[in-house]
Amino acid sequence: MSSQALISVNNLVRYYGDVCAVNDISFELHAGDILGFLGPNGAGKSTTMQILSGNLAPSEGEIRINGVDLLEKPGDAKAALGYLPENPPLYREMSVDEYLHYCARLRRIDKRSIGDALDLAKERCGLTRVNRRLIGNLSKGFQQRVGIAQAIIHSPHVIILDEPTVGLDPIQIREIRDLIKELGTQHGIILSTHILPEVESVCNRVQIINAGELVYASDMQGLLAQQSTDRYEISLSRPPATDAMLASDCIDRVEQLDTHRFIVHVRGEADCLAAAAVHNDWGLHRLVAHEHSLEQIFVNLTLGEGEAQ
Amino acid sequence: MILTIAMRELRSLFLSPLAWSVLAVTQLIIAWSFFSQIDFFFSIQQQLVSLPSPPGVTDLVVMPTFEIASIILLMVTPLLTMRLISEERRNGSIALLLSSPVSMTQIVLGKFFGIVVFMLIFVAMISLMPLSLFMGTELDLGKLAAGVFALVLLLSAFAAAGLFLSSLTDNPVVAAISTFGLLLLLWIISSNTGGTAGVLSQLSLLAHFAPMLRGLINTADIAYFILFIATFLVLTIRQMDSQRLQQ
Repeated sequence: MSSQALISVNNLVRYYGDVCAVNDISFELHAGDILGFLGPNGAGKSTTMQILSGNLAPSEGEIRINGVDLLEKPGDAKAALGYLPENPPLYREMSVDEYLHYCARLRRIDKRSIGDALDLAKERCGLTRVNRRLIGNLSKGFQQRVGIAQAIIHSPHVIILDEPTVGLDPIQIREIRDLIKELGTQHGIILSTHILPEVESVCNRVQIINAGELVYASDMQGLLAQQSTDRYEISLSRPPATDAMLASDCIDRVEQLDTHRFIVHVRGEADCLAAAAVHNDWGLHRLVAHEHSLEQIFVNLTLGEGEAQ
Repeated sequence: MILTIAMRELRSLFLSPLAWSVLAVTQLIIAWSFFSQIDFFFSIQQQLVSLPSPPGVTDLVVMPTFEIASIILLMVTPLLTMRLISEERRNGSIALLLSSPVSMTQIVLGKFFGIVVFMLIFVAMISLMPLSLFMGTELDLGKLAAGVFALVLLLSAFAAAGLFLSSLTDNPVVAAISTFGLLLLLWIISSNTGGTAGVLSQLSLLAHFAPMLRGLINTADIAYFILFIATFLVLTIRQMDSQRLQQ
């Protein structure tokens, strides 16, 4: 972790008319960070990303990219930035090579090193075979890859990806995730997504935004520490009444999913739950640790907030 | 950077059939009118000889051709400029420019010069027709140069206005129609003979274009076109900046 933050955001506020889309957000991103940016639809994820990439101006607040103020010196700040919006910004009538060449020129890569930059970006994104095809004729997955190639072509310090794996097949998703992990070793990456397992497998930090406010921020280790779960999903072929289950010493709480499946909160270890099931002859045939703690946090934070309003 | 953006604009124009069909159709129509002007010139040649200082072939063939070219371009320019910003905004590719280290001024100037280069190609192709007359006669090169200059200024002004209206909407058709409306209004405003005609005709494109076609290059006319272009370019830049703020 370097001493200087790649991105530092201070008290960012953005209004659309009277609607406050982003309310007083502050965070930092360091080299080697892959920050997962989560939130329900309309929470302000894309707005924040658009502001960070210079597509929208903030109503208030300060953004520094690689130490350069985005509002005062937008040119220098944006040179250190790669951005993939929700819809990849492609020109359908151009070929992949033409397009990437144009992007490289826009991003101030000098003429002699454009060829190398193009080759590297195409190789990383698996575009080598389609380099002469028109972007408009490529499948959605390949277009998405061209969008990613465009964002990394100048090897920027900061890469902002807004839902990069939408529209890709499972194998492509895996490739892109590997690519993001690889890029994350040298660059700082902000990844916005709806897919929680993606965040769990790729990111080392998580941030959740809801209704324009940052409601959760943690690194992955902190999250893993909380993940030593006390929740188990069990399937019983002879389920007792929930009261009978609660009578057992180690069971704290029971949520019934359907007639045979339950989620059980356990005091202590899982084996006491198993022992209780065997002892009372419930016909236990499945016991799974319920580890979706990120999902749980996400649901608690975003749904709880929504109900409160 | 401006050049990079301009060249991409130009390339995109030629990658779509639009530019080719525009060039082909306008060239055909202008060639036809050029041909009929020559025909007309031949038919009145006898009477011309009897005049004390007869108008030459430049006045009777070349300038009318340029005039028709300007009217055709008035109709065609909106089709060329409508997509400049509105389509980029609609399909989101504007994000590439906005997240790249280029300023709004560079983006707008790049797009403007992309169209201007296309207009230069267009004017060069039209100028070839009068130049072909050199095979059989003398031309007033001074007047011809004035005509070419006037056409370039006029088409650049069309392009600047079209660029601005394209930045106002994300619907290319709306941009095209409003550009056409604005240009047509500015074209015909001089033929208004009412009380305010004096002031209004100062705003008219035609009133500043027609003298140049007669070979009269006036500083005021040049200044009008340069101010016209600069005004619309500045408006476009401001519009793009304020859209980052509002949206």
